[in-house]
Amino acid sequence: MKTIIFSSFFFLAFAFNAQESDLKQLPSINLVDLKGKKVNTAALGYKGPVVISFWATWCSPCKKELNTIHELYSDWQAETGVTLVAVSIDDEKTKNSVSTYVNGRAWDFAILLDPNGDFKRSMGVNNVPHTFLVDAEGNIVYSHNNYNPGDEEKLYEEIKKLGAK
Amino acid sequence: MFSKLLVFIFLSQTYFVFSQDFTNGGTFTGNIESTFQYLNSDTLIGANQPAEKGLINSYMNVFYTNKNFKAGMRLESYLPRIQGYPNRFDGTGIGMRYIGYVNKLVDVTLGSFYEQFGAGLSLRAYEDRALGYDNLLDGARLIVRPYKGVVLKGVYGYQRLSFQRGVIVHGEGIVRGVDAEINFKETFDSLLNDDWDLGLGFSFVSKFQADNEDALILPQNVGAYGGRFNARYKNINFSGEYILKEQDPSNDNSKIYNYGHAAIFNLGYSKKGLGILLSGKSVDNMSYRSDRTKDLQDVFINYLPALNKTHTYNLVATLYPYATQPMGEVSYQAEVLYTFKKGTKLGGKYGTAINFNVSTTHSPVHHTSGFSPLDSTGVSYEARPFDKSDSMYWMDINVNVTKKINKKLSFIFSYFNININNDVAKVSNDAKGMISSHIGVIETSYKLNKKHALRSEIQMLFVEKIKKGLPNAGEINDKGNWGTILLEYTVSPHWSFGFMDQYNYGNPIESKRVHYPIFTFGYVKDATRFSIYYGRQRAGLFCVGGVCRFVPASNGLTFSFTQSL
Repeated sequence: MKTIIFSSFFFLAFAFNAQESDLKQLPSINLVDLKGKKVNTAALGYKGPVVISFWATWCSPCKKELNTIHELYSDWQAETGVTLVAVSIDDEKTKNSVSTYVNGRAWDFAILLDPNGDFKRSMGVNNVPHTFLVDAEGNIVYSHNNYNPGDEEKLYEEIKKLGAK
Repeated sequence: MFSKLLVFIFLSQTYFVFSQDFTNGGTFTGNIESTFQYLNSDTLIGANQPAEKGLINSYMNVFYTNKNFKAGMRLESYLPRIQGYPNRFDGTGIGMRYIGYVNKLVDVTLGSFYEQFGAGLSLRAYEDRALGYDNLLDGARLIVRPYKGVVLKGVYGYQRLSFQRGVIVHGEGIVRGVDAEINFKETFDSLLNDDWDLGLGFSFVSKFQADNEDALILPQNVGAYGGRFNARYKNINFSGEYILKEQDPSNDNSKIYNYGHAAIFNLGYSKKGLGILLSGKSVDNMSYRSDRTKDLQDVFINYLPALNKTHTYNLVATLYPYATQPMGEVSYQAEVLYTFKKGTKLGGKYGTAINFNVSTTHSPVHHTSGFSPLDSTGVSYEARPFDKSDSMYWMDINVNVTKKINKKLSFIFSYFNININNDVAKVSNDAKGMISSHIGVIETSYKLNKKHALRSEIQMLFVEKIKKGLPNAGEINDKGNWGTILLEYTVSPHWSFGFMDQYNYGNPIESKRVHYPIFTFGYVKDATRFSIYYGRQRAGLFCVGGVCRFVPASNGLTFSFTQSL
């Protein structure tokens, strides 16, 4: 038992080391979009920066965040070429309401479904909302848990930093 | 033995990383979560102080991928477990671990894994940490993608039942399953134009548990199998799944030899600004566990989603929630979401969104004529899919309107009418028969400036009197009326301060007209979050400062820390 714990910590120590010296890439998970098309998260195929936002139809702060960005989205896209991918973690109970909500609120985001939490787990998400910013090379450069009004400004600053590179 | 093998592999992998340049060192992801509670006793709300006074749950996940190789583990620790957690979690140790190999054709996992076939009616292994639910499979999984649009899966394993003295305890029965799925548009890309989409899937799951009973001959191998489809034409989506379960006498069904079924369908239409969804579900004798003697949430192989909206306002979500009755129910749900466009009379300057949702659940009809419950077949009735009786378990009608007045001020107005049959889906020891409640909520958000914002919620819940024909008819049902106020002040991107008070002002017993005040504080920096709660808490889904999670009833201090790696 002791060896297990010991070697685990050894393993974890390297996890931190590697993180400090290396940028994280998106893990490869197969999800589907609202049209049933398979999408691999490691090969999303967008040109510019990508915002990955984990949300659910039952999470009001998530909806507040995405509805706020929805109003700013066309400006953001025009200025930075950013694409927002909203990953719903709704399971079978509420998964079918995702399309109802997304279209009902006329969102223009790319939507992916993660009903059994595979992508959520591999991205290390504890709770929603959780937002990641990925640069054009696929590196995760910024992430933010939670949403308070105004957080979208900080996110946009981070997106603009990528454009300035 | 298996653990030793893992250690060896982890170590050798670590050395492998070490010997290489770090830029090729693969990718680590993961997270940490720790929740500490210091609880006081509070006889007024029935909260007890645990003997240890301080309680703590901690978790750390680490996932590693390097080209085709993957490995991961979760260490977890309960010293002892926080309140409301299942009572068989204790100690510190490895709660989940796997290694695997992935390429374009195959995806192999050895160790622990989560999986879902279709809608999960036949098999779903998943984790919901807030609920203390984790029925992962420990064994082997192979996923093959032989041709574009085709996915084949095979799983074999024991389920996680509990975690004692830092070690996973497995359920008694073994679970096996295969699943096949085809998406026609991907497979035959010349066949269908962009308007269409069609997918089919089939699954077969089987469990084995030795017959350890003398009085009955119990089936040792029990199968559950069926198919599913998903069809789309332009904006119309239609999907469904049907699963049949073989004879599975268990504690849940009082050892009857009936077959069980679960069926679900969804019909949706949506375009920009409008979404409509109709759903139906029929379930009978569908409790499917890898140990026939277990109950509560233990070792379920399948998942039966409740067909209703997941509410988030405190009084709505926590007082009268509904969960599926696996022994049988017929449910329907309809939902409409419409956004009045900007610049129209009802839309105003920013648009107005209206959401309407209704869900009902009834008991299924059991046709008993021609069946003798005591004969040698053990079959006591016949149930047909979507054959519902008049006996209602649940009805929820709710509507909400989201209205932004100007750049600073916005409102959400909501009304809920929730009816729950407390004799079947028991939510309260104080209630009699059908509990009917009416709830109104006004949520106001006001942005002071770019970074500072205020939010408030006013919630009122009114319970109807006990229905005619029941004992004490005409008296106050359950705990009577409730009111909740919530105030929240946030400073982006780091700080949040909140206060909430729930007041059971309508309780029929005067001494139980109690306030549940709670103060909250949150600090977030990027992927790190600290939060502190102090006060009285009722059980339920609780959202403050932008995060929702399930919290058990208590009186005291809760400190939680989360970090994504």
